[in-house]
Amino acid sequence: MTNDAKGKGGWPLFEVFIRSKQGLSHVHAGSLHAADAKMAIENARDVYTRRNEGTSIWVVPSDAISASAPEDKGTLFDPADSKIYRHPTFYTVPDDVECL
Amino acid sequence: MVHEASAPDERAEQFDAWVADENKVEPQDWMPEGYAKTLVRQISQHAHSEIIGMQPEGNWITRAPSLRRKAILLAKVQDEAGHGLYLYSAAETLNVSRDQMEADLMSGKAKYSSIFNYPTLTWADVGAIGWLVDGAAIVNQIPLCRCSYGPYARAMIRVCKEESFHQRQGFELMMALSQGTPEQKAMAQDALNRWWWPAVQMFGPPDHDSPHSAQSMAWKIKRFSNDDLRQKFIDMAVKQAQALHIEIPDPDLKFNEETGHWDTGEINWDEFWAVVKGHGPCSRERMANRRKAHNDGAWVREAATAFAAKERARAEKVAA
Repeated sequence: MTNDAKGKGGWPLFEVFIRSKQGLSHVHAGSLHAADAKMAIENARDVYTRRNEGTSIWVVPSDAISASAPEDKGTLFDPADSKIYRHPTFYTVPDDVECL
Repeated sequence: MVHEASAPDERAEQFDAWVADENKVEPQDWMPEGYAKTLVRQISQHAHSEIIGMQPEGNWITRAPSLRRKAILLAKVQDEAGHGLYLYSAAETLNVSRDQMEADLMSGKAKYSSIFNYPTLTWADVGAIGWLVDGAAIVNQIPLCRCSYGPYARAMIRVCKEESFHQRQGFELMMALSQGTPEQKAMAQDALNRWWWPAVQMFGPPDHDSPHSAQSMAWKIKRFSNDDLRQKFIDMAVKQAQALHIEIPDPDLKFNEETGHWDTGEINWDEFWAVVKGHGPCSRERMANRRKAHNDGAWVREAATAFAAKERARAEKVAA
């Protein structure tokens, strides 16, 4: 994603997400320029799925994505560090009790 | 990771420590100007090489000797276009626009790999390119999958996955020729004769003449020096040439028992620099073709823009 979403003669930048098979989420594959969403899907098919990588494509205008700022990383994610009781390995249970 | 609040010189220090520790850098992270600049130069040069690299092989698509070979070559050239696009999109994350990169290529300001300025005179050249040029590219590109800049590393992983097909189809083509009639074998040998040294030069100038290498290695953009990668390629290619029963055109080529590597004769760096400066046998033709394709496509881009605007207006009218 870039701040400068225009380029290629003013065509907007789209982020491309591909679902590799039914049952899995769409995953970010890259980006491309296109005149509109329809063309972005057509181009994404040629650029990102030449070897059966996909069963479904999402394209999203890059400037429609809101992202957390790198400088907020600490505020957002550090609090989880101290909450180790959220993980199953925090708890000591007897070895001989099953299904725990 | 670099803290935004840090003083500028502290930031540079934190950055160096972060990458030295094998961490990745992502587009929104703070990075030294030189790091971004180096990446833009390298990634865009790489993208341009993929785009210009379609021409030497594209030259043979209509003359491929069988439908099988034609389909393979079409797929390979299409892959090169795809690789160019992955790389342009990686470079764009560094806030350089696609238009700017394309303009720099067409004005001659930006460079591309010198190998693509050599002509493809016979069908065997298509094999030699796949085997040697894509083979050399793989040696160069595999370490780039671990590059410190996330978008570049991710693009390279995708490229490397596809590049293996390119090398293998080239080797198979060379094998078919070298096991064919005497004329076919001579064609394969002739192609090796012409492509060997340019392929060896693909790794760039020798280490003592490569001023930016040390910084690129410290930033983990580059993982191995030009000469180390070149040696790896030579060792690999010598064995492959033996399997093809064709001769590498270097009378001084010999196995060095001490180092365990193959030593080559002197590399003609004057030729390399002449080609880099735009005096390769096909340099003008490649650039002229690129500019023509861009200009000839202008009406298509304009029509697509106009059509998209019309569709948007129509949709808005329906909604209103």
